[in-house]
Amino acid sequence: MTGLTKYLRTTMAAACAVAATGAAGAAHAEGTLNVVSWGGAYAKSQIEAYHKPWMEQTGNQINSIDYDGNVAPVKAQVESGNVTWDVVDVELSDAVRLCDEGLIELMPLEELPPAPDGTPAEDDFIPGTLHDCAVATIVWTNIYAYDETQFPDNPPKTVADFFDVETFPGKRGMRKFAKANLEMALMGDGVPANEVYDVLSTPEGVDRAFAMLDKIKDDVVWWEAGAQPPQMLADGEVSMTTAYNGRIFNAIAVEDKPFKIVWDGQVWDLDLWVIPKDAPHKDLAWEFIKFSTATEQLAHQAEWISYGPARMSSVPLIGDHAEAGIPMGPHMPTAPENFTNAVQNDFLWWADHADEMNERFNAWLAQ
Amino acid sequence: MATAQSALPSGAASGGPSGGPTDGVLRTNDGVPLKTTLRRVNRRQKIIAFGLVLPLFLFILITFLAPIGMMLFRAVDNPVLQEQIPRTVALLNETWDGEGLPDDAVYDTLAEEMIQQYKVREIAKVGTRLNYEQGGLRSLITSTARTIARRAEPPWKEAFIKIDERWGEPETWGIIQNAAPRYTLSFVLAALDLRYDWQGDIVSQPENEQIYVKMFVRTIWISGLVTVLCLALGFPVGYLLANLPMRQSNLLMILVLLPFWTSLLVRTTTWIVLLQTEGVLNDIMVWVGLISDDGRVQMIYNQLGTIIAMTHILLPFMVLPIFSVMKTISPSHMRAARSLGATPPRAFWDVYVPQTLPGIGAGSILVFILSVGYYITPALVGGRTGQLISNFIAYHMQKSLNWGLAAALGGLLLLGVLVLYWLYNRLVGIDKMKFG
Repeated sequence: MTGLTKYLRTTMAAACAVAATGAAGAAHAEGTLNVVSWGGAYAKSQIEAYHKPWMEQTGNQINSIDYDGNVAPVKAQVESGNVTWDVVDVELSDAVRLCDEGLIELMPLEELPPAPDGTPAEDDFIPGTLHDCAVATIVWTNIYAYDETQFPDNPPKTVADFFDVETFPGKRGMRKFAKANLEMALMGDGVPANEVYDVLSTPEGVDRAFAMLDKIKDDVVWWEAGAQPPQMLADGEVSMTTAYNGRIFNAIAVEDKPFKIVWDGQVWDLDLWVIPKDAPHKDLAWEFIKFSTATEQLAHQAEWISYGPARMSSVPLIGDHAEAGIPMGPHMPTAPENFTNAVQNDFLWWADHADEMNERFNAWLAQ
Repeated sequence: MATAQSALPSGAASGGPSGGPTDGVLRTNDGVPLKTTLRRVNRRQKIIAFGLVLPLFLFILITFLAPIGMMLFRAVDNPVLQEQIPRTVALLNETWDGEGLPDDAVYDTLAEEMIQQYKVREIAKVGTRLNYEQGGLRSLITSTARTIARRAEPPWKEAFIKIDERWGEPETWGIIQNAAPRYTLSFVLAALDLRYDWQGDIVSQPENEQIYVKMFVRTIWISGLVTVLCLALGFPVGYLLANLPMRQSNLLMILVLLPFWTSLLVRTTTWIVLLQTEGVLNDIMVWVGLISDDGRVQMIYNQLGTIIAMTHILLPFMVLPIFSVMKTISPSHMRAARSLGATPPRAFWDVYVPQTLPGIGAGSILVFILSVGYYITPALVGGRTGQLISNFIAYHMQKSLNWGLAAALGGLLLLGVLVLYWLYNRLVGIDKMKFG
C-alpha cells in the first residue's frame, strides 16, 4: 500500500512537472481555486477549517489537490506561462527560495486581518512566520515515534535512543531527505539544540552527522510522503520512525494506534501559503489566504490536527479534537513540556547548503 | 509511377513511334516535353506524400523532438550571470587576470547591478546559480545585495569586504568568472563527478559527493544483467512457443502476453507483496522451516528487488522477437544437419542458434535500452541500493530544481544509448534485427 501511495504521488508530481498543461485550470469556472497541499489528515484539517467555511461564506469553490511537497511544478508552471495552481502550501525553505527566484507573488501583508482584540497581524503572528511572499499557517515538527508494543519495558525517551539499535532493536523509518535528519543525528550525538547549525557549518560537523546516520544505515526504511510513516509503524515494518507530528497524532487519536511521540530533539518548521506568480485567480487566492489565516480559522484547524497555529491569538481558542474529543494543548509541538530540546529548521542555512548536503546524502545513500 | 507510365503511350502516339517533332524530344499530346510532365507529376506525388506525412512529422517535432532538444539545451545553457550582472562579468573578464583582487571599478559595477537586480527581486537567481559551484555563495549574494541596497555606502570595495570577507578572496571572483560564460560545461562536468575549481581547471568533486559515475556504471551493469537474465529465461520460452503444437503454444502465448498487458504498476506491486520481509515468499520459507522467523530474507527494497522486478517486466520484450524469428526457421534445417552427421547439440548450436541471432539481437537491444531508462520500478522496489540514474534525473527535475544538471545527466544517458546502438550496428548490423 505504501508503495502504491508513493507511486501515485511520484507520478502525479512528475506529470505536473513535465506536462504543466492547463487542463485543471481550464476545466473550472471562475471562482474555483486550485489549492495544493500535502494530502491525508493534514489536507483534511485544512478542508474542514478553511475550505468549507470559505466556500459557504463566499460561494466560491475550492478544488483541493494533493502533492508531496515537491515544488518543481510551481517552477514548471511559471516558466511555461501556464499556471494552474492558485494557492500552494509549502515549507519555509521552499517559500524563501521560490520568493527569491521570483516564482511566487509578493503579498500585501498589511491587509491581513488583525486579531479579535485589535492587535495588528504583524504583532499577532509568531515572529518569523510572515514573509514577503508567504503567510504561515502552522508550526509543525519532525519528531520520531515508536510502537509501544515493541518496547513494553524500556521505551525510548531521547533522540539518542533513535540511533541506538543495540538497546532498541528494530527497523527505523526516516525521510529520504537530508533536511532534519542531519539535525536529529547531531542532537542524537549530544549536540545541544542551539549549537546544531554551528556544528553543521563545519566539515567535521557534517562528517559527525553522517557518522551518526551510518550507525543505523542498514536498519533504515526510507519514506517520502507524510502518510507513509504511520502506515509503516502500523504494518510493523519499522519499530520507530521519524514523522510529522500531526500524522502520528492522527493515528493515535483517531485510529487508536499504540504509538508514542518522542519530543526530545524535535526539528520544527513552518508551513506557509504562497501564490504562484501570475496564478489564474490570484486576487481570489489572496482573499482565501486572508480568510484562512484569521485567528478563528487557525484555531479551528488545530482542532483537527496537532499542528500549532501561527497566530498567538489563536492559541486560547483551541478546543478539543473535533472527532476524538481530547484536549489538543498537550499535543502541540510548542507545548512547554514538549519544547525543552527543540531546534527550528534554519531555512537560511538550508538555502545555502541544500545542494551539497543533498548531493552528499544521495551519494551516501547509494553506497 | 502509374501516371507517368500512362503519359508515355499518349506522348508516343502524338509524336509517332519514329520521333515526331524535329528536335527529337518526346512530347505529350499538348506539346509539353515528356520530361517536364513527368517531373511535374512526380513533384505532385511528392507533395501529396509529404502532405500525408506532415501531420505526423509535425506531431513528432512539436511533442517529441522539440521538447527533448530544449531540455538537452539546458545542459549547456547558462544565461543567468549574463542577464543579471552583464557589465560586471564583462569588466571582470577585461580587467582581472586571476591574481589578487579585481579593480575598484568591478566592485562599483557589481554594486550598481546588485542594487538594480535587488529591486526587481532577481538577484537571488545569481546566488542560486553560483551556489551550484560552491555552497554558501547563495547567501553571500543575497545578504550582500540586501545590505548594499538598504544601508551601505561607497567606496564599494571596502563595503563589500566589510559585509563578508569572502569578497576579499580571489576564489569568489574566480568562481563568478567561471560561471559567467553564456554556455557552460559545468553541468556536464557535474554529471561526471567533476567541476571547475576557482582557477578554471577541471578537478574531481570531493570524494563523498561523487555519485553519478557510480550510478551510470550501476545502470549499465544492471541493464546488462537484466538483458542476460531475460535472454536465459526467454530463449527456452521462445523455443517452446515456436515448436509446440498450435493448441499448447497458443495457451503458452497467452501466458506470455497476459503479464505484458497488465499494468507495470500492478506487476511491480505484486512483486512487493511476494518478496517483502512479511511477504508471501518469506512466509512460506518460514512455514516450511527453511529460515527462522527472525532470519527473514530481505529480497526487495534493494538491488535484488530491482533486478527481479525488471527482469520479469521486460521478459516479453525478449520472448516475442525471439519467438517470431524462431517461427520462421524451417525444421528441415535441423533435420538436414542431423542427416549430415551432426549430434543434436552440434546441430542446435551450429545450425539453429545462428539463425535465431536476429531475434536475440532485437530482443537484447530492446530490453537493454528500456532498462537503461527504467524509472518507476527502481523507485518502487529499489530501496537504497537499487536506484538507477533515471531516479537521479527525476530527483533533479522535481526536488532540487537543478534542471541544468538533470539535462546533462539525461543527455549523457542518451549519448550512451546512441553509442551502444552504433556499436551494435557495427558488430551485428541493424538491418539484421528482426522484431517479427
